[in-house]
Amino acid sequence: MGPLVTDHWYDLRDLSNISREILEGIDKVAPSEVAYIVAPVLGFVAFFLIFVLPSQLIVGVYGERRIIGRMQARRGPNRVGPFGLLQPIADAIKLLQKEALTPKTADRAIMWAAPIFFVAPAVLLFATIPFGPRMIFADIPVALIYFIAISALPVLAAFMAGWGSNNKYSLYGAMRVVAMSVSYEVPLVLSLLAVVVFSSTMSLQGIVLFQADVNLWLVFMMPLAFLIYFISVSAELNRTPTDIAEAESEIVAGYLTEYSGMKWGLFYGMDIGYALAASAFAATVFLGGWSMWGLEEWVPPWMIFIAKTHLFYFVFIWTRGTLPRLRIDQLMAFAWKFLLPLAVFNLFLVSLERLLWVENDIGDGIVFAFAAGNLVASAAAAYLWARLLGYRPERIPTKPRLVREAGGYVPVEGQTGGGE
Amino acid sequence: MSEIVQSEPFVMNIGPQHPSTHGVFRVKATVDGERIIDAEMVIGYLHRSMEKLAEERTYTQNIPFTDRTDYLSSMSNNLGYCLAVEKLADIEVPERGQAIRVIMAELQRVASHCMGAGAFANDTGAWQTPIMWFMREREKILDIFEMTSGARLTCNYMRIGGVAFDLPESFEEEVRAFIPAMRQTIDDGEGLLSGNEIFIARARNVAVVPHEMAINASLSGPMLRGSGVAWDIRKADPYCGYEQYDFEIPIGYQGDAYDRFIIRIEEMRQSLKIVEQALDGLPGGPHSTEVPLALRPPAGEAYARIESPRGELGYYLVSDEGPSPYRFHIRPPSLINLTVLREMTVGGSIADAIVALGSIDIVVGEIDR
Repeated sequence: MGPLVTDHWYDLRDLSNISREILEGIDKVAPSEVAYIVAPVLGFVAFFLIFVLPSQLIVGVYGERRIIGRMQARRGPNRVGPFGLLQPIADAIKLLQKEALTPKTADRAIMWAAPIFFVAPAVLLFATIPFGPRMIFADIPVALIYFIAISALPVLAAFMAGWGSNNKYSLYGAMRVVAMSVSYEVPLVLSLLAVVVFSSTMSLQGIVLFQADVNLWLVFMMPLAFLIYFISVSAELNRTPTDIAEAESEIVAGYLTEYSGMKWGLFYGMDIGYALAASAFAATVFLGGWSMWGLEEWVPPWMIFIAKTHLFYFVFIWTRGTLPRLRIDQLMAFAWKFLLPLAVFNLFLVSLERLLWVENDIGDGIVFAFAAGNLVASAAAAYLWARLLGYRPERIPTKPRLVREAGGYVPVEGQTGGGE
Repeated sequence: MSEIVQSEPFVMNIGPQHPSTHGVFRVKATVDGERIIDAEMVIGYLHRSMEKLAEERTYTQNIPFTDRTDYLSSMSNNLGYCLAVEKLADIEVPERGQAIRVIMAELQRVASHCMGAGAFANDTGAWQTPIMWFMREREKILDIFEMTSGARLTCNYMRIGGVAFDLPESFEEEVRAFIPAMRQTIDDGEGLLSGNEIFIARARNVAVVPHEMAINASLSGPMLRGSGVAWDIRKADPYCGYEQYDFEIPIGYQGDAYDRFIIRIEEMRQSLKIVEQALDGLPGGPHSTEVPLALRPPAGEAYARIESPRGELGYYLVSDEGPSPYRFHIRPPSLINLTVLREMTVGGSIADAIVALGSIDIVVGEIDR
């Protein structure tokens, strides 16, 4: 941090000042154990007030519905409270009142446990996300591995939900979730490995400081890794275009088919929670976290961070509002045939550059040259690999043939091929 | 390692209550994992015995029934039935009545294809957005229908010998204002979907109906044209003076779901072209001929067919000189087009089956009657 940041409690650019002040005050009047209990509570309350409330309810539920409504030529929620802002709360109350049905043939224990298993990791995920230079619950050195490990846990809950419901649609959803997570975890981890190699740290705070240090966000350094991360994470989160696990038009609601009331509400709410966690992670790892080329000394860094998170989340909403859904075999093929080789290529490229940079003792300015080179190389690699796999968009006619007179069969001249 | 994992096929019901069966229609699919190995169509959940009921009512009283068969294109159904009765009783329709019928039928085609293309996009997973865009424009068509006939969905507008009422004063203005907006929406919808890689991957080479199969199965409408067969009753057997309008038949390449989608999009454009031409040359004079209320056509039979949004819609009537038809039969395009669903789905995945069903664009009210 620059010289502008002070330790005064009223310096809201760093909220840890105010919490430290409170804890020190408590320490003076009460036994030291109390401070240990108050500290996490304080952190949780602060986290709730500055992140969960605005993000989960306003952006995740209300914002998503408003923005998609705007894209779909309708208004979205606009009745409860000013601009419909209280709609999420009204929905939550409604869900609490509804009966949470359990089918007769369902495995009750597993079906009831699944939402709980689904909720817990969503909270844990935020423990290692740095909101500011000192605003972090746990700055552990292997935060990146921790994040990947915890974010794989909800798959188990989804599988439990699908299995326990004893419904064929649910089982399909569960199987698809597992198959997809297993496939997409691989390119996801490989794209993040490139980040680790280049910044030579696994601590999320360390990655943010690295980006602030070289004045280049990793999204510019390795656009391919960012893209792979985005696609893989939207597959893991079941967001469109990869929402095959909850594919409404095919398998009704996937593993959520038999869920109702607040049991369903927990899944729904935490889906947004996971998407926000993935956005926060992307903002940290690829978008420079709380740093913004010196602006963080003037604007509270946690605000910058939350803005970046919401920006990333907006892309999720955007794709959901526009894109169709892929089939499961196409998704699998996409992960293994397209994303995985590109992730390996990206890892190779970035490692090579890191080696060049460190071994030859070149100045930090070289990363900008690397970034420019990577952009070109990534685009070229993605395009060439797609062509190699049979991507031929120009061969697919998007307009029908027009004839003037009714007759019989009109044969097609030339070959019109498909391609993945 | 004792033994490998055993798997066995099981039966999965898609419908009758399912988000993408377009009504109460059921596919009893035998699936092996994601692959469908057998599919059985179960219809009849919406059977209302219309053909039998029609034998007890007069010819005019039967018109509202036709509204309720294919409820997404009631104007076309009215038209098909009225043409059959007019053929049976040998009634001439004034030119203005014919032009109005053409305008209404073509607007109905646009409205129906809005629904068809939008619902198909929904089936491929384009979550609600294209369908909402198309629905916005469809609303305008329904407003125009309401202005003209008093009803939005079940218009009951055509009459034996013409149409029920003359056009309202602001009709032409409204339709002329609607056409450019609709063209814009068609372009938008096409821009969002036609070139979209994901959409192409989902719809291309899926649910292929080769042209031999299409002809053998007696398919019609976009299903037949998607397979590359140039066939349109408006061209092949013109009615209501379609021969005087300038329009083209869009045909597809290999008969897959994607071809049917782009054909529906193009047909909307062609329909707007016809509406414009009909408005330009709208003749004056009466909109309908006088027909006795208790019509007793001479004994005989008549079959009239039109190109409804879904294909060849035929009405077959037998008269025994009584006030009501002796036999009233509908040839619903949805039912005939649905017959190839098994061939389209078996061997594909569940997701493909949904796309196949969406690309047929069925209306269950018409299948079950």
